[in-house]
Amino acid sequence: MSTLETTTVTGEQHESHHHGPAAGIGRWLFTTNHKDIGSLYLWFSLLMFLTGGVMALLIRAELFQPGLQLVEPGFFNQMTTMHGLIMVFGAVMPAFVGLANWMIPMMIGAPDMALPRMNNWSFWILPFAFAILISTLFMDGGAPNFGWTFYAPLSTTYAPPSVTYFIFAIHIMGISSIMGAINIIATILNMRAPGMTMMKLPLFVWSWLITAFLLIAVMPVLAGVVTMMLMDIHFGTSFFNAAGGGDPVLFQHVFWFFGHPEVYIMILPAFGIISQIIPTFSRKRLFGYASMVYATASIAILSFLVWAHHMFTVGMPLVGELFFMFATMLIAVPTGVKVFNWVTTMFRGSLTFETPMLFAIAFVVLFTIGGFSGLMLAIAPVDFQYHDTYFVVAHFHYVLVPGAIFAIMAGTYYWLPKWTGHQLNECMGRWHFWLSFIGVNITFFPMHFIGLAGMPRRIPDYALQFADFNMVASIGAFIFGFSQLLFVWNVIHNVRSGEAAPARVWEGAEGLEWEVASPAPYHTFTTPPRVE
Amino acid sequence: MGTIRITTCSFMLSLLLVGNAQAAWTLNLTPGVTEISRSVYNLHMTIFWICVAIGVVVFSIMFWSIFHHRKSRGAKAHNFHEHTLVEVIWTLIPLGILVAMAVPATATLIKMYDPSDAELDVQITGYQWKWRYQYLDQEIDFFSNLSTPREQISNEAQKQAHYLLEVDRHLVLPTDTKIRLLLTANDVIHSWWVPALAVKKDAIPGFINEAWTRIEEPGIYRGQCAELCGVDHGFMPVVVEAVPPAEFEQWLADARAQQDAAAAAAGRSWTLEELMTEGEQVYQRVCAACHQPNGTGMPPAFPALVNSPVVLGDVERHIDIVLNGVQGSAMQAFREQLSAAELAAVITYERNAWGNNTGEAVAPSRIVQLLQGDGQSEQEGGQ
Repeated sequence: MSTLETTTVTGEQHESHHHGPAAGIGRWLFTTNHKDIGSLYLWFSLLMFLTGGVMALLIRAELFQPGLQLVEPGFFNQMTTMHGLIMVFGAVMPAFVGLANWMIPMMIGAPDMALPRMNNWSFWILPFAFAILISTLFMDGGAPNFGWTFYAPLSTTYAPPSVTYFIFAIHIMGISSIMGAINIIATILNMRAPGMTMMKLPLFVWSWLITAFLLIAVMPVLAGVVTMMLMDIHFGTSFFNAAGGGDPVLFQHVFWFFGHPEVYIMILPAFGIISQIIPTFSRKRLFGYASMVYATASIAILSFLVWAHHMFTVGMPLVGELFFMFATMLIAVPTGVKVFNWVTTMFRGSLTFETPMLFAIAFVVLFTIGGFSGLMLAIAPVDFQYHDTYFVVAHFHYVLVPGAIFAIMAGTYYWLPKWTGHQLNECMGRWHFWLSFIGVNITFFPMHFIGLAGMPRRIPDYALQFADFNMVASIGAFIFGFSQLLFVWNVIHNVRSGEAAPARVWEGAEGLEWEVASPAPYHTFTTPPRVE
Repeated sequence: MGTIRITTCSFMLSLLLVGNAQAAWTLNLTPGVTEISRSVYNLHMTIFWICVAIGVVVFSIMFWSIFHHRKSRGAKAHNFHEHTLVEVIWTLIPLGILVAMAVPATATLIKMYDPSDAELDVQITGYQWKWRYQYLDQEIDFFSNLSTPREQISNEAQKQAHYLLEVDRHLVLPTDTKIRLLLTANDVIHSWWVPALAVKKDAIPGFINEAWTRIEEPGIYRGQCAELCGVDHGFMPVVVEAVPPAEFEQWLADARAQQDAAAAAAGRSWTLEELMTEGEQVYQRVCAACHQPNGTGMPPAFPALVNSPVVLGDVERHIDIVLNGVQGSAMQAFREQLSAAELAAVITYERNAWGNNTGEAVAPSRIVQLLQGDGQSEQEGGQ
């Protein structure tokens, strides 16, 4: 009835209501469809993940044995820098934005994102940013070689000429992230279906709403700090140059004021994905929904108060050290609440262990291990021993690889049948999971030991007592790295073939995205659903 | 079959053993040799065991669910999904544990931040890629460079026990003495770290940071630069040699005598051969990291010296660059890093090695003159 009335009133728009995707490359270049843009983000992220991964394998190959075998120290530093930048800004962040694009409109019953043209723009500037960044590898003097944290004055007075291109690339990435964040906030606040109140939002949506606010708050800070670098390098200012009256420590304060919230930008959406998956495969509602929302918000707020725990050794006054130590320890409380809630959701459920659930359980266990080492790092006097060693490398890889990356993979496997209309190949999914799980632990667990034994990070060669565990870690890295080809195979295979998937792909799945057909039609919820 | 497997196995084992005759599979932090390092170690172990305990409890519940509440065993999902009291409890208990951790951590930190009543002051300056140690009020001042031969790094020679953790001059410190360390840097940020002392402090240009230690046992303690500081960040170790106070006094006297001898050496006349021999040693120790052992450099950051217009051109300009560095580049001022004789020798060497044959020798006395002359003009400028 109502459809008929709409047609008669706005007859001239009838054609545009039910059209499918445009043909050819134009579909992807000019698309304003949230599903197309989501796919673009995800494919781009996969490409960057593999690129950054090759760099990681080069690093691990050089570190297989003591001595310099494969690469020069200068190139080694370029690899660690580019690996970090590409994984953070090219792999993890775009993957979450891609998942947000695909899922948020479908989860809140909206027809598309609020600002579809900006959505197109925020994706399409990214390939340019990374083309610029990667092209620095071929420039005179080489790519940025000062670490992904680019501490001044190594990244200003002592940087290779390509640093200017790096700064420009960071600016473009920042603009892309801010536009993406604005879009997500506008969509969630304005486009929810009738009856979809804030406290009914799926947790993935909540966690992204909070993440988007973090992005808007800190991306301008990053843009600011790289602009100050640009001024120091080209326009004779001395923000970070002690010889001109500047302050190299100021750089670190500004950078980490961006950098710590950035860490949570890479993990909060992961929390959201895990909070969707665990209830589905436990066939039981998420335990403590409200406390999950409050915990996520608390983590986000605390993230602005802890930045200097990355700088315990710069010589802050005692009171500063104590403040940042206590504030950092506090983060363990809301994070603990989340882990307890996930475990309690599983408790007395009816569990099955399909591929997405395997990744989700591995996430909970391994992320928690990363959380423990994080708590240890928070203790300032002990951090003097851990700081800038492989213990830190182990810590942040545990929260980023089996943390963020496993969550992205869990989410991909979870929603892939909805996107492609094909059921997963569970057997191959399990192979990918178990090889990744084993590989990731063989790679990163020994790094705790070599860090405690005293190996600094970012060195191309090391003393003999670190040799054994480095060899183990390198073997693990190659297992993990090559296992990801299975992921690529799984995704491509699923796009092309597989059993037809029903609308509700998983038995215990709840939420609006499971009400629409699989594969999801090009346009969904053109008429808003009513949420009871 | 069986034999092959055993052979392979023992081959792998022997690889591990031979490769690292020295190394145990070190797993943990060192308890170190100071009161502070021991409290740091104890804190580390306490927090580690607390984390293990929490992990065991949480993961046990989780794995209990995984085994007992699986659908394949006929588990039916219960319907509870909220419990405010439980949420409050598992917020408060971790908070209590954190407070319990924070108390000893704060106490240790306060002790670490008290450098008062130090009996000896040493200023440590980070350079790309070496450390400078100045014993304030003792008139001792020297640089400490990596001494591992390049052949070991490039796998052309067997690696020795202290590969990459050995230097040409140790930082010699007395035991049972409170020593204040003042840290700064000349170029980029470095970080001075000796695990056995639990001292890690950033050396930052334009800042002077403070740390202290009181070493209880004589011995040699090795560490490394911990903050990425450029291409040879992995090649600037720290070696501390702790000796009893009496022995330290003797070392101070010897070191002063050695400095005087170096100054005297500049006064006598040197032959070209002597300068070339000495120059090659200095070059390989100090210059080769950037300009490469064969003088080819790594352009554009580190120019080649072979056929370089500076090296083949006006000797005064060459001397000026080596003594005073090049502003805004990686080329440091070496006037304070090397003695007059070493400076003369290395400049002579550069002008006559790798096919650069100017045939010119720079006399050490010429450098002494320049160094003293500059000192005077600086003083005049100051007045």
